[in-house]
Amino acid sequence: MSYSVTDPSPRQKWTAGTLVVAYALITLLPLLWIIATGFKSPSDAIAYPPKVIFEPTLEGYVNLFTTRTRMSPDALSALGEPATWYDRIVRQYDMVISGPSRYGERFLNSVIIGFGSTFLSVFLGTLAAYAFSRFKVPLKDDLMFFILSTRMMPPIAVAIPIFLMFRQLGLSDTHLGMILLYTGVNLSLSVWLLKGFIDEIPVEYEEAALIDGYTRFQAFTKVVLPQAATGIASTAIFCLIFSWNEYAFAVLLTSGTAQTAPPFIPTIIGVGKDWPAVAAGATLFLVPVMVFTILLRKHLLRGITFGAVRK
Amino acid sequence: MAQILIENVRKDFGSFTAVQSSSFTVEDGEFFMLLGPSGCGKTTTLRMIAGLELPTSGHIRIGGEDVSQKPASQRDIAFVFQMFALYPHMNVRQNIRYPLISQGMKRAAANAKVEEVAQILGITEILNRPVGGLSGGDRQRIALGRAIVRDPKCFLMDEPLGALDAEFREHMSQELRALHDRMGATTIYVTHDQLEAMQMGDKIVVMNHGVVEQFGVPQQIYDWPATMFVADFIGSPPMNFLRFHASLSHADTHVMLGDHRTEIPMARQGGKGDLVFGIRPEHIRLRTEGGYRARVTATEYLGTTQIVTVDTAHGTLKIRAASADPIQTGSTVGLDFDPRAVTLFDGKTTRALLSAGNEGVLAHG
Repeated sequence: MSYSVTDPSPRQKWTAGTLVVAYALITLLPLLWIIATGFKSPSDAIAYPPKVIFEPTLEGYVNLFTTRTRMSPDALSALGEPATWYDRIVRQYDMVISGPSRYGERFLNSVIIGFGSTFLSVFLGTLAAYAFSRFKVPLKDDLMFFILSTRMMPPIAVAIPIFLMFRQLGLSDTHLGMILLYTGVNLSLSVWLLKGFIDEIPVEYEEAALIDGYTRFQAFTKVVLPQAATGIASTAIFCLIFSWNEYAFAVLLTSGTAQTAPPFIPTIIGVGKDWPAVAAGATLFLVPVMVFTILLRKHLLRGITFGAVRK
Repeated sequence: MAQILIENVRKDFGSFTAVQSSSFTVEDGEFFMLLGPSGCGKTTTLRMIAGLELPTSGHIRIGGEDVSQKPASQRDIAFVFQMFALYPHMNVRQNIRYPLISQGMKRAAANAKVEEVAQILGITEILNRPVGGLSGGDRQRIALGRAIVRDPKCFLMDEPLGALDAEFREHMSQELRALHDRMGATTIYVTHDQLEAMQMGDKIVVMNHGVVEQFGVPQQIYDWPATMFVADFIGSPPMNFLRFHASLSHADTHVMLGDHRTEIPMARQGGKGDLVFGIRPEHIRLRTEGGYRARVTATEYLGTTQIVTVDTAHGTLKIRAASADPIQTGSTVGLDFDPRAVTLFDGKTTRALLSAGNEGVLAHG
């Protein structure tokens, strides 16, 4: 579809191109900075002026995944030559690896809580949106408004009651607690988005399926769901982005078993201002959402313009 | 295939009554038209027969079995939607096969059946295409294919030609009728197009404001409308109405329009006060001298015929005349009404008064 009557002039094209590149630079620069810092040595990372050209090292990543102990030169020479490349990196600082760090666990917690709450939000959201879209629900508009109103204040405003409730219910620092919390926050978004998508699917398809001998539930799974795939995918991305990045509740409600990566990463700084390890942690943390988004990008593109274009 | 009985079916949506206590019978193998303007309840009636809506009261029997409160999936009927409702995520073959899969038919048997139906409808070539890029006509054929593939008890069609362009409609309506004659399946067809209803239907129900106005074969409905609504809705141009004041007695054979005496079919029912004299445009003869006097206000040339609009003391009339007749706008003419084709209506109830002409057709009174 084209909206302009004439083709853009070379000058217009050039201007548009410059703006796009400038915007991309502004948004991508911090990202590049973080990725680059992850591969710097600690001294390069804090060098001023910042080093654009530097010798890449995996030190940050080794430090991210390990805990290390400083040893005396005597003890070190008694150990003999370092066996692996990462042992060698650590040995430069007169240290040996004493064990894995907790980053792996925290990352796994993020995966469990992020994807778990995304699945639950989308699953419940789809059912609720379908019901709101297709059935006569008493007080439908009021209920929809109520659902929306749960997002009218920042979720953190209710942090204290939630903290107390979670402590009472034994949900503090549990995976289940965090999944429920993020689902609660995401559900209003997911119901509203999905209702929009389901409203756009003509009801005749389901009626045709009902007449073809399918039950209401079969019509839902076999006819509505495939057609709502676009909406479900883009809703899932929005939900995942929120629960993956959420920091405030994670700091407040998790400390040990269920701590996610966001509150963990800053703690890496600890002693010694290990910026490369922090940057490495942040870089790896970006990957899942990026992969998920790239996998679903076709749906996302159609999804975020939903309602704007009639098919 | 089956007979369908609609008994005092009523449907309320909250305080709005979509269908008021309707009854009619669709005989086995009939091509049955539900005709009426939009909002008259014809689609709601069809959806109740399908089971997509459940009636508030009354009974629906398909093949003798009371299905009034059964869900659509248990009624063994097929429905063709106006917008076709082909599943967009399936290709043509999968669309047609879908109802068979729900019945648990084996894939090989189902495929054979699909081929057979595709043959009948002439869509063998496009079986493996996605439904997205197909023309309206092909989509219509696929929708029909999905309906006929499982030999249901009856076909329900909701304005199935409504989404096609005028040119192609004509063609599809013939195709549809031919298909029906070949399969002999009971079919209920909803339309707001009176021409379509007259052309295709064995029987017609005319509905308005949720009420069945008349039920009969097309010719009866055209010749002997039961209400002024039917008389006005059917025919193009519709039946003419002349409003007059008189008192009609049983067995009268004429009425006075002003001081003009005109013959009517013998009255079987008296009437008093506001009466309406109804006559179709083709049942009026023009003459120069005598007759019921009128002044020509317009003529419309239609090829073999012309429509002449005249003003009279009792209202405006449209007359269908041979196009060869020289008629001057502004001239005064005389009208003769064919006495066998007159219907009198009660001006208040708008119902037709029984006469020797319509007494066999109209059941009321």
